Amino acid sequence: MPNEQLDYQLAHLEAEIVLLGGLVETAIFKSIRALKNRDLDMSREVIAEDDRIDDLETKVQNDCVEQIRRQAPLAADLRRIVGMMFIANELERMGDYAEGIAKVSINMGHEAPLKELEDIPKMADLAVSMMKRSIEAMTIDDRAESGRIAIEIENDDDEVDRLYEKVQKDIFTLVEEDRERAVRGTYLMWAAHNIERVADRATNIAERSIFMSTGVIVGGNAEAQAAVSGETSSVN
Amino acid sequence: MPESIITFDDQDLVLEAEETSVFYGSTLAVEEVSLQIPRNAIVSLIGPSGCGKSTVLRCFNRMNDLIPGARVTGSIKYRGVNVYDDDVDPTDIRFRIGMVFQRPNPFPKSIYDNVAFGPRVNGLTDDLDRVVEESLRRAALWDEVKDRLDDSGLGISGGQQQRLCIARALAVDPDVVLMDEPASALDPISTQAIEDLIRELSSEVTIIIVTHNMQQATRISDYSAVMMVGEDRVGHLIEYGSNEQVFGNPVDLRTEAYVTGRIG
Repeated sequence: MPNEQLDYQLAHLEAEIVLLGGLVETAIFKSIRALKNRDLDMSREVIAEDDRIDDLETKVQNDCVEQIRRQAPLAADLRRIVGMMFIANELERMGDYAEGIAKVSINMGHEAPLKELEDIPKMADLAVSMMKRSIEAMTIDDRAESGRIAIEIENDDDEVDRLYEKVQKDIFTLVEEDRERAVRGTYLMWAAHNIERVADRATNIAERSIFMSTGVIVGGNAEAQAAVSGETSSVN
Repeated sequence: MPESIITFDDQDLVLEAEETSVFYGSTLAVEEVSLQIPRNAIVSLIGPSGCGKSTVLRCFNRMNDLIPGARVTGSIKYRGVNVYDDDVDPTDIRFRIGMVFQRPNPFPKSIYDNVAFGPRVNGLTDDLDRVVEESLRRAALWDEVKDRLDDSGLGISGGQQQRLCIARALAVDPDVVLMDEPASALDPISTQAIEDLIRELSSEVTIIIVTHNMQQATRISDYSAVMMVGEDRVGHLIEYGSNEQVFGNPVDLRTEAYVTGRIG
């Protein structure tokens, strides 16, 4: 006997999260493109459009609370709803990072970036791809597959961290050569930092998708591997 | 023991069902239930209607003896002694292992006499006032009835009647109290009072409770046992573990389906 009402609502919530992920993806790409092309109007659009992300996140949280109130869900249903509340919050914060990059760009005015943007867009491509795959891990509800995706995402996060360190070093070198570059260097550092945080939050979503399918809360690659292979006992 | 069934071999066990089966006439109702109850635990028995929860509950103090044609095989050990041994007096067992039923069933006597009933049967004549007061206090009913102890036990509210039945069970100082859906006929306020009481009593007695209310089971018990009827129409114990396991991340897929409302 399926619980049709709850199954329908869970699918609906999942669709809202996917939509939220789409809005965040657009916000991040636009914020980076605007930064690179010095398109301040596009940066302003990103800031204005963040309200949509905030509103949808609030709706998801309210819908989750409503389902908890109506259905008093247990076991996998409870884990899915609690997991989706967490993931919606992570996505909303990612939207804030895109908004942060847009603000940095506006503060830079029409000044050219300190250096040609190469690594920061690469970081953004990777971080957005991680975010999309983490949402996929949530929707498939298959512990082996979501575990495999989570481990892949953890590895990509290491690559984002590596790129972030490279960006930092490059900026430090440029600023050391000429202290006048400190402000422009700080702007870029801020943008890179925001993207690095987006990747971290994608990792959080992937870990939470493991919790949703296994009941185990993990923190890191080794734990993710153990959880999906069933070596760790439940800690939820 | 399967992975889905917890055991407490290193703990002080009050009750232990070992491969307990119950027949009603020639019909097998419950098959080979093995279940350990640690001291001072609150254990919920859950499962769909007709899965044999109440049947198992009634084995623990031989209440099934009162049902014509009922037969129990395997063993039920109470502190190491099989309660079904020939030399065990079921009345003694029922004093040690009390029972509270779904519908409050006070005797048509005064509140005082309801509580004093068991101690009197046991031959207690002195000190009855103290035992009655103490039992009513433990059942969180004293303040509400202390000025009308001579009134009929049937003249108080349903929630109060159920606490009176708990006081009556406590008056003989039992080791274990079995409860068969004790709050299902009560309103939310009385249910809350019974649940609070169950938690308080667990410091002194071991409690096994049959309930259909899974939120109640998660709230009040330490462990939950899940029973299910198979295609053979016989009740089986399919999972027994902490509430974190049973209601958070069940081992058995049938438990998952039951607690999420997909079967039952």
